[in-house]
Amino acid sequence: MHIMEGFLPTPWWQAWFAVSIPVILYGIHKMNRLVNEKREILPLLAVAGAFIFVLSSLKLPSVTGSCSHPTGTGIAAIIFGPAISAVLGTIVLLYQALFLAHGGFTTLGANVFSMGIVGPVAVYLVYKAGMKTKLNFYAVVFLATAFGDWATYVTTSVELALAYPAGGALTFAGFMSSFGKFAAVFAITQLPLAIMEGAVSALLFKYVVNVKSDILVEMKVLEDAVVRKLRGTSA
Amino acid sequence: MSKKLELIVLAIILIFAVQFIYMSSTTDAEYGGADGQAEDVINEITGGTYEPNAEPFWEPPSGEIESLLFGLQAAIGAGVIGYFLGYYRAKSRYKKDLGYKDKSNSDGDRQSL
Repeated sequence: MHIMEGFLPTPWWQAWFAVSIPVILYGIHKMNRLVNEKREILPLLAVAGAFIFVLSSLKLPSVTGSCSHPTGTGIAAIIFGPAISAVLGTIVLLYQALFLAHGGFTTLGANVFSMGIVGPVAVYLVYKAGMKTKLNFYAVVFLATAFGDWATYVTTSVELALAYPAGGALTFAGFMSSFGKFAAVFAITQLPLAIMEGAVSALLFKYVVNVKSDILVEMKVLEDAVVRKLRGTSA
Repeated sequence: MSKKLELIVLAIILIFAVQFIYMSSTTDAEYGGADGQAEDVINEITGGTYEPNAEPFWEPPSGEIESLLFGLQAAIGAGVIGYFLGYYRAKSRYKKDLGYKDKSNSDGDRQSL
């Protein structure tokens, strides 16, 4: 999902910065307030950020014969919400832009928008909707994180199709034609990887529930009754 | 502790691993990065006329250095996750165990202080 340095023409790279910066600023504000009010969540914040670090560094082979990487933003999105996830995602994208020439500084806004904002928002919405159903908690985490991963890559395809519509001028037909081509690269490769990401995220969540469920209840991620049921069945 | 979720995740990973081993030994797929393929699509759509408007500040000088830095990224993340999950796990364990002995131990603690 990294749009490479220099590969978004004006005005698109500026436009994505304009969208992403307010969300990051709001996320920083929210994160500061949260850490000031509840210092005990710091380790969990670190774990959520570290999970993004690990997963986004793993380039996995997919059925299409190409490699791509999961995003790892699902844990952060479920526990802390999309705005704080955007901040954590930005840190990882900065590391990769600076040291790995993956993504870049001009394309940072667009990459933050896809990985740090749309992905986490998708995770969050699916999670909230899923918890209203009677589905198993881990199944909901799986669905939410897998869908968020996939939404990230669809967003990258949209960003590229907007910047490179077929025929040069931005028309709906040109956009759709280009979107199809980018989605063929990203969205198809990503489908199996999204399943992997969902599975691994659900597993990490199990360990968090096992060792630190009180914080999840406090953060209103889970209800007390659900925790007791999960620990009863998995403890 | 029930290991059902672990088994399901392991099964999913195994399916992918087997699929990958089979695919990579029977086809000549390149397993290049999707990010790089997007560049090809851009060239195809624009007819190769697009000139990047910026260059990376610094690029890893070789594939080895690149995998070093990717490995470092994963190691930092894995270390942090392991440290805190272990910290929480031990903490709740001690709380539970010491909670049992609290009544008999509290006097001894006070004396030793």
